[in-house]
Amino acid sequence: MIRRLLLSLAALAASHTAAAEPVAIYGDTVWTGTSQGTITNGVVVINNGRIVSVGPAGAGVPAGATEVRAKWVTPGLISAFSRTGLAEVSGVDDANDTGAPKSEFSAALNAADGFNPDDTAIAVSRVGGFTRLAVAPSARTKLFGGQGFLADTTGEEDSAFRPRAFAYIVLGETGASLSGGSRPAAWATLRGAFDDVRMFGARYMSHNEGNVLTRMDAQALMPAVKGEQLIVFQASRASDLNAIMDFKEQNPSLKIAIVGADEGWRVADRLAALDIPVIVDAFSNLPATFSQLAATSENAKRLSEAGVTVAIVNLDNDSHLARLATQIAGNAVANGMSFDAAMESLTTAPAEIFGMTGLGVLAPGARADVVAWDGDPLEVASAPSAVFIDGETQSMVTRQTKLRDRYRTLDESQKPFAYRH
Amino acid sequence: MQIRILCLAALASLALVACEAPGSRDSKKADAEPAAEAFPSTYKAYPSETLFITNATVLDGAGGLIENGSVLIEGGKITAVGTDLKAPEGAATLNASGKWVTPGIIDNHSHLGAYPSPGVDSQADGNEISAPVTAEVWVEHSVWPQDPGFTRALAGGITSLQILPGSANLFGGRGVTLKNVPSRTVQGMKFPDAPYTLKMACGENPKRVYGYGKGSPGGAPYSRMGNVAGYRDAWIKATDYKKQRDKARNGGGEPPKRDLELETLAGVLDGDILVHMHCYRADEMAQIMDISKEFGYKVTAFHHAVESYKIADKLAEYGACSSMWADWYGFKMEAYDGIPENIPLVHNAGACAIVHSDSEVGIQRLNQEAAKAWADGKRIGIDIPIEEAWQWLSLNPARSLGIDDKTGSLEPGKMADVVVWSANPFSTYAKAEKVYIDGALMFDRDVPASRPVMDFELGQPGEGDRK
Repeated sequence: MIRRLLLSLAALAASHTAAAEPVAIYGDTVWTGTSQGTITNGVVVINNGRIVSVGPAGAGVPAGATEVRAKWVTPGLISAFSRTGLAEVSGVDDANDTGAPKSEFSAALNAADGFNPDDTAIAVSRVGGFTRLAVAPSARTKLFGGQGFLADTTGEEDSAFRPRAFAYIVLGETGASLSGGSRPAAWATLRGAFDDVRMFGARYMSHNEGNVLTRMDAQALMPAVKGEQLIVFQASRASDLNAIMDFKEQNPSLKIAIVGADEGWRVADRLAALDIPVIVDAFSNLPATFSQLAATSENAKRLSEAGVTVAIVNLDNDSHLARLATQIAGNAVANGMSFDAAMESLTTAPAEIFGMTGLGVLAPGARADVVAWDGDPLEVASAPSAVFIDGETQSMVTRQTKLRDRYRTLDESQKPFAYRH
Repeated sequence: MQIRILCLAALASLALVACEAPGSRDSKKADAEPAAEAFPSTYKAYPSETLFITNATVLDGAGGLIENGSVLIEGGKITAVGTDLKAPEGAATLNASGKWVTPGIIDNHSHLGAYPSPGVDSQADGNEISAPVTAEVWVEHSVWPQDPGFTRALAGGITSLQILPGSANLFGGRGVTLKNVPSRTVQGMKFPDAPYTLKMACGENPKRVYGYGKGSPGGAPYSRMGNVAGYRDAWIKATDYKKQRDKARNGGGEPPKRDLELETLAGVLDGDILVHMHCYRADEMAQIMDISKEFGYKVTAFHHAVESYKIADKLAEYGACSSMWADWYGFKMEAYDGIPENIPLVHNAGACAIVHSDSEVGIQRLNQEAAKAWADGKRIGIDIPIEEAWQWLSLNPARSLGIDDKTGSLEPGKMADVVVWSANPFSTYAKAEKVYIDGALMFDRDVPASRPVMDFELGQPGEGDRK
């Protein structure tokens, strides 16, 4: 007998599904992110933190499985670039650990040291369907922002699951400004830093004598320079993207992704040939800076059609509203990107960029990050009705839902609002 | 002449105060007052044809949804809306089967032109931060009409918009309402006979810019109580000025010397200039409403208003609009309590709700922002029909700008500011296909020649997102 789980928020909030108990998540539409494609009337069975089966409704559902029904079922979404968990309130310096304008360190800054699993924006991202986040530091003193990390959105103590997942380096206009005022200065700084790392033994054994980096920064940058760690470069202008690709050709072992890439469509074929993925905000269509004169709403579409791996993110209010990447991806579809490519930009593409094995897909054996939706996930009117991370049912309560419920009705004749909680 | 026009506009829209007959002014020429209207609008509607849009789903913007509806445009005006209409002889017909037709979207909070793209210091003209009270500045003198952002907003169905000064100051200066029509001059965009507006700001920004932001010791205001003292001090001066001016108008003494700051503030006390106030927190909005009662003016709209849901009943009773984002929150302390249900909760309490952008990005898809709020309301049991929710995008902002007698809904006699959408505009996938302003086709997605490109973008690699 199948027990039915009422899909009310309250029920989900209250129950914490035990991992060792199968759950069957039915969807009118199941988007798998695998060669199974999109299944109409499908079911995803999860157990013990893993996906057990994905197929047409009825197939492979064990007796006694808890049942969840939804319009759409997708893999847990992955934000390829955010600051979530680093800033409870962005504009309050004391509550913001994204960047360090007065630190003497740069590449050594380990963003995971600033991660707060209790940050209330994590739950906001989770109830928006995001189960994993790539979190980047901000570059404030040098073009080396530091070390980014990967986290899940459970809000649990150990949720930053891979510190030092990537090195973050800012080029373009911002990199120029952080290096003294020009692109040549930025590139001299970058090359000097790479030299420092490569000659670490000679330069730092007895003295702190790098051209660019302190000993700690050089040490931290070493895996990236050796090609053992991903480098996420920030750049937008076509010439900057070409310069990064020149650098990659001169240093073939480097593992590179580019965030921003507003003019990426102009160099899309080369990006594809070099297998360099991009992380774009598909809303960018204005000449907001002199590095974005060719920004277009079709950037994601054109990059994707050229064969570039494309992740879509919200680069605006990236600490609190990473979840708006679904709307942005939907707009990329409105501007010509295929629906599947747009979904991949939120799932398989970020998983590939950051090497998140077993995430971003609904496939037997994959980790059970699954989202049940009340509609097409890229539609602005849709929202998740249930979220599972590693098979665990997640709370759909946030500080925002608590505020909402407190002020849902405005009668305070009996007691002040402060007693509603 | 200017006084009369402004009074009519105020009466027609918000009926804020009764206007006096201007005759008494003639007996004694008041030196305090300008000889002619300053910076008058030179906007003229572009040529349009008689157009019959038919077989569409029509959201009339006044609360109605018409299946298989038709809209007739003649002489740049809406002349008929309904189901049983026939195209007049010689009319062009647009078969809009499967498409949706709505009034043009009106954004009552934009800084386009004043903070244009590219965002370089040389063109950042949106805040006159030289003093906490700069009611004397007019943002239209900062608006660069070549801002590419206007064209992107047009592609999102924006037909009119209010440009506001920034929120650094307690009194930031006059706003201006524009038709979203490319022009060599800002005068060529000014919405004819729209009343002026005044931007004011609560909270963190003024105290940061003038207080602790300037180092220690900073200037005033340094605190929220300093903000309030600053407002009241300015209103006291404006009240005196107005008294002296009115006395002179009635032949009772010398008029005051012209003073741009006090002219604007007195215009508010006259009810001719509408107050648009940046205010996030509920408790501050409540205090501002009290200040307005103390001095006898009205706040037309609170902007950002992320905590309006906490006092939606009080806002309804007072009669102020809240101009809101769908979901922006958390970027500063006073935005910490923002929730996605703010807009539907305000609407549900019977208060006036408006979706605004404050962003050159957000302005491109205010329909989607409304859709998010609408859906978030529905999930908590506030089921607002889409045709009612559309008022957040057109009629309510028009009301807040005093132009709702001219635009903001598809009703006979109104300006033919119309958008034809590819699908239900509350869908992410819908796009504005055709945008008409005063009946003239100003944007056609399928016709590159009918998509404007600003001077700045001409000859650039993207050329206005057309390449």
